[in-house]
Amino acid sequence: MNFWEYVFTPSFAYSVIRVSTPLVLATLGVVITSKAGITNIGMEGVMLTSALAAVFGSAFSGNIWVGLLAAILCGIAASLLLGYLSMQLKVDGALACIVFNNMAIGGTVFAMYTVTQDKGNTISLHSGSLPQIQIPILKEIPVLGEIFSNHNVLSYAALLLTVVICVLLSKTALGLRIQAAGEAPQALSSVGVDLKTVRYTALGISGLLGGIGGAFMSMGYVSWFSRDMVAGRGFIALAADAMGNSNPVGAVLSAMLFAMAEALSFTLQTTSIPPELVQMLPYLVTIIGLITYSIKKSRSRSGKSIVSN
Amino acid sequence: MNDALLKAENILKVYPNGIVANRGVNFEVQKGEIHALIGENGAGKSTLMKILFGIETPEEGTITLNGQEVSIDSPKKAISLGIGMVHQHFMLVDSLSIAENIALGHEPLQRGMFLDRDKIVKQAGELAERYHFEIDVNRVVRDASVGVKQKAEILKALARGAQILILDEPTAVLTPQETRELFVELTTLRQEGYTIIFISHKLKEVMEICDRITIMRHGRTVDTCLVKDTSPEEISRKMVGRDVVLHIEKQPAKRGDVCLETRSVTCENVFGKRVLDALNMRLRSGEVLGVAGVEGNGQSELAEILFGLRQPSSGEVLIKGSRIGRLNPSGCRRCKVAYIPEDRMRIGVAARESILSNMLIDKVDRYLRGPFLKEKEMNRDAEKLLAEFTVLARTVDTPAGMLSGGNIQKVVAAREMTEEAQIIIAEQPTRGIDPGASEIIRRKLLELRDKGAAVLLISADLNEILEMSDGVIVLHEGKINGYFPDTTALTEEELGYYMLGVKKQSRESVEAALCG
Amino acid sequence: MRINKNTRLWFRAVRFLLAIVIALGVSFVIIAFSTDAPVRAVVNLFTGPVTSVRRFSTVFETMIPLTFSGLAVCIMFKANQFNLAAEGALYAGALTAAIVGIYVQGPGWAVKAAAILAGGMIGCLIGAIPGIAKVRWGASELVLSLMLNTVVLNLGTFLFNRVARDPAPSYAASYELPREVSLVNLIPGTRMHSGLIIAACFVAGSAVLIYKTKWGFQLNMTGSNLNFAKYAGIHTALIIISAQLVGGFIAGAGGATEMLGLYRRFQWTSLPGYGFDGVILNILAGSNPLLIPIAAFFLAFVRIGADYMYRQSDVAAEIVSIIEGIIILLVMASAFLAKWEHRLTTKASVTGGESA
Repeated sequence: MNFWEYVFTPSFAYSVIRVSTPLVLATLGVVITSKAGITNIGMEGVMLTSALAAVFGSAFSGNIWVGLLAAILCGIAASLLLGYLSMQLKVDGALACIVFNNMAIGGTVFAMYTVTQDKGNTISLHSGSLPQIQIPILKEIPVLGEIFSNHNVLSYAALLLTVVICVLLSKTALGLRIQAAGEAPQALSSVGVDLKTVRYTALGISGLLGGIGGAFMSMGYVSWFSRDMVAGRGFIALAADAMGNSNPVGAVLSAMLFAMAEALSFTLQTTSIPPELVQMLPYLVTIIGLITYSIKKSRSRSGKSIVSN
Repeated sequence: MNDALLKAENILKVYPNGIVANRGVNFEVQKGEIHALIGENGAGKSTLMKILFGIETPEEGTITLNGQEVSIDSPKKAISLGIGMVHQHFMLVDSLSIAENIALGHEPLQRGMFLDRDKIVKQAGELAERYHFEIDVNRVVRDASVGVKQKAEILKALARGAQILILDEPTAVLTPQETRELFVELTTLRQEGYTIIFISHKLKEVMEICDRITIMRHGRTVDTCLVKDTSPEEISRKMVGRDVVLHIEKQPAKRGDVCLETRSVTCENVFGKRVLDALNMRLRSGEVLGVAGVEGNGQSELAEILFGLRQPSSGEVLIKGSRIGRLNPSGCRRCKVAYIPEDRMRIGVAARESILSNMLIDKVDRYLRGPFLKEKEMNRDAEKLLAEFTVLARTVDTPAGMLSGGNIQKVVAAREMTEEAQIIIAEQPTRGIDPGASEIIRRKLLELRDKGAAVLLISADLNEILEMSDGVIVLHEGKINGYFPDTTALTEEELGYYMLGVKKQSRESVEAALCG
Repeated sequence: MRINKNTRLWFRAVRFLLAIVIALGVSFVIIAFSTDAPVRAVVNLFTGPVTSVRRFSTVFETMIPLTFSGLAVCIMFKANQFNLAAEGALYAGALTAAIVGIYVQGPGWAVKAAAILAGGMIGCLIGAIPGIAKVRWGASELVLSLMLNTVVLNLGTFLFNRVARDPAPSYAASYELPREVSLVNLIPGTRMHSGLIIAACFVAGSAVLIYKTKWGFQLNMTGSNLNFAKYAGIHTALIIISAQLVGGFIAGAGGATEMLGLYRRFQWTSLPGYGFDGVILNILAGSNPLLIPIAAFFLAFVRIGADYMYRQSDVAAEIVSIIEGIIILLVMASAFLAKWEHRLTTKASVTGGESA
């Protein structure tokens, strides 16, 4: 079988959609904050804590939907905490996020150990996963059905949320204010809109998206939590945001590109290519994508003073 | 004075860095007046207005509105109390239209949650019409002129029901003619019962349009009086504590060889708009060439190109007759070009670093033993410069950012205006600094001119341009609209016509006079 | 207008101590939830490192890689670059040293020197990539370096499996390095090795480089205000990239030193986490290279204590990441106690009788 035979299969397309779900959700979360003028490096930690919250919520209540709710609440709370640190306590934004991410890695392991006496994963909790949905009619269609039906409910949610975020940003008052908050924060304050309120709102929505993304990691992708399981997806979302120029559609498409690399890395694991090299594929593609995009952007930067940044 | 509309008493404001901006300040305005708040830069005018608009909170003091004590803790609160402010730096979102900027914060909605774009445009249009503002509300702010942006700002405040309008140095960025237009609008607003607080440090304007004046000095309010009962001389004395009429004694210029020349320099900004259009000019040693123009007509770009901070899209720059390929700052410095940038905090100094570092950064090669620095000698020379430019600081290790604006500018001047400098590009060298510091910098510029340096003086202060320059060029839309080899008979009004493009000399005659 | 300098220093010290107290308070509450004897656990946390000479010497061992990564991050951050590639550089430096140690024949000192140098060079390469991409094209060095670290780990694992892995042991480990290649042990009965001396040399060298040379001067200016440095005529691109190279070298050399000092076989299967520790150290040490060893000692002490606590009281050692995080956040929070500071400032300014 040659390379293309791996890629041009319905199951490959299906797996692209599957692995893109957390990336798309995280990317949307990063886009909305970056529109509001915040570089959300903390998305990684937000997703990680939410993923654990999902497992705990579901395992303790015995209800998977409580797990999802716990993840969402945790995501929102974590995201708002980041806002509190940078806006109220005035910690440098990037540092606050880096520190928070590290606390999230250590803290989730600590919590996991306290509950399960295991530092590796929570398989012993049997927390379950969210249902996969068969789409009537569509599922009967060959190829298309194989690709688009039978996904986790959160994959469909990701698609829906992409549309919702696009509309939110371009058609609503909140969208207008978020754009102002990112572009000219003084303009907002000058008309009596509280900048912090707008940024907290953006962070809250971002946390919601990150929370759903986290829930997908531990209740869709797999059905347990494991140490550092988000594995850089929050950072890949940052790269997607940069490549999409903070435009939700562009950013989501960039995220899909990275998802493709990830799906490919799974497919290639069955081949003779060394697994270590295959595993680094999504990260390598992100690096190449980010640099290519930056080169393109720097070319179009004519007419700028060298002291204008 | 029982009928005061807005009254601030005993205001004390200390900034986190320990600077006391307002102390024992008392200020009151009456309904339907235009009230000037006048004082030098750093006298505390802007701080007081920020307090009234809720951007800053005072440490002590009370504010009363219509006799009721109020606490204005945010701009939102100020707006709800009917106070509006037009800032010196416009607070508009560049990528949105004027109408959207006006609507921001109280956006009309349809179906409960979506923006009603038609209504946004309609409301803004009606507003402009009601106050007789001639303005296209569909225009994107980025493409609007300074005057239009200011109108948009005033409309923004009026749209929010402002009864008291605070204008922070509204004329600083306007031409004399745009200023006229603004004054007509302000007078109309006064007739309709609006109250206007007009911040300025330009005496003439204040005398012309205002009813009463409050004078501030060193963070305190000195006096409040009726305009008709006072004279410019008296206000000026109270403002600075001494008489200042800017008049500079100077020798006639001894013009020498051309040392800086541009040939068809053209430059586009990031939006692709042409900001310099085939510019030809020459600067000779021993002269001060003033560059006048409304802000945003290519002055900044010209200065940046001459110092290698920006590349022209076509054309070339010649330094002392030789063609320099791709100019960069270090190359310019090697050619003895010095540059005093307009934005001193962002470009002119490293605020967190010591005065010493800021003064000697470009001369570090002189203090080397192998790769190591000769610290003693650096200290000695920095202290010499500190004394020469009378920078008020305890030691040369003080971070530059701890100094006042005037002293920071002296640090910049001490670095740039050395004996070796042969070409000095001075962009707004005295903007926003105290008279003492301004005087030192102006004197130093002329001193270097007399020693044979060439000075390009870019300034928005027309008085300064006329007093300092031996010749003046006026930039308008990236072209030289007029060249005056002699400034003795030139007036500010005349310059204003050229700045606005009402009058212009032909390209050929300018180039013949300037480059011939 | 200026506040007494002592007031400020005093204020900072109080704030720092308070941050530690709050962090410990919060941790105590968390620990109380996870064990029946929280007091015992906290006592273990603080006395653990001094319960035996062996354990106390471990603090010094742990300090060594921390110091290297602190210095590396310090120089990278001086250029105002959020480059976290020190993590990957440390890992790659250790692996490179192991491979050199296994394959290069020669007198012990020469192989050791070659291994550390080679580790440093690999570190240079890794540190430079995000730096160059940032300076040339404006790509985010933070995101790039994080992605790069994962790529380095995967490439490293690939290399390790192909070149250095010993098939004999049941776990993943390289062939054993010859005894002559290990760094000299300083105190018999402990694992404290001469890497401590190498680290001290790097501390002194970094301090001289940063504070006493032209390059250091220009580095400080570039990091402090990039636009200003460009305008002053500094070749900022060169300075920024060279700072990333130097930082990468220090991290790589640190990884190599760690490898040769503590291990006979290379057995890292994941990133060691030192890159992020470098960030913490710089915040604690205020980016002063001379204070980094002290901060490293503090961090090492707490970690060894946490490990002891885990063994004795069964509280997961990962609690330190929360303690560290809270301390860092409070130290970095300029608004933390700002009202109090502002009141002091107001008082000093008004009674000082000076005005702006």
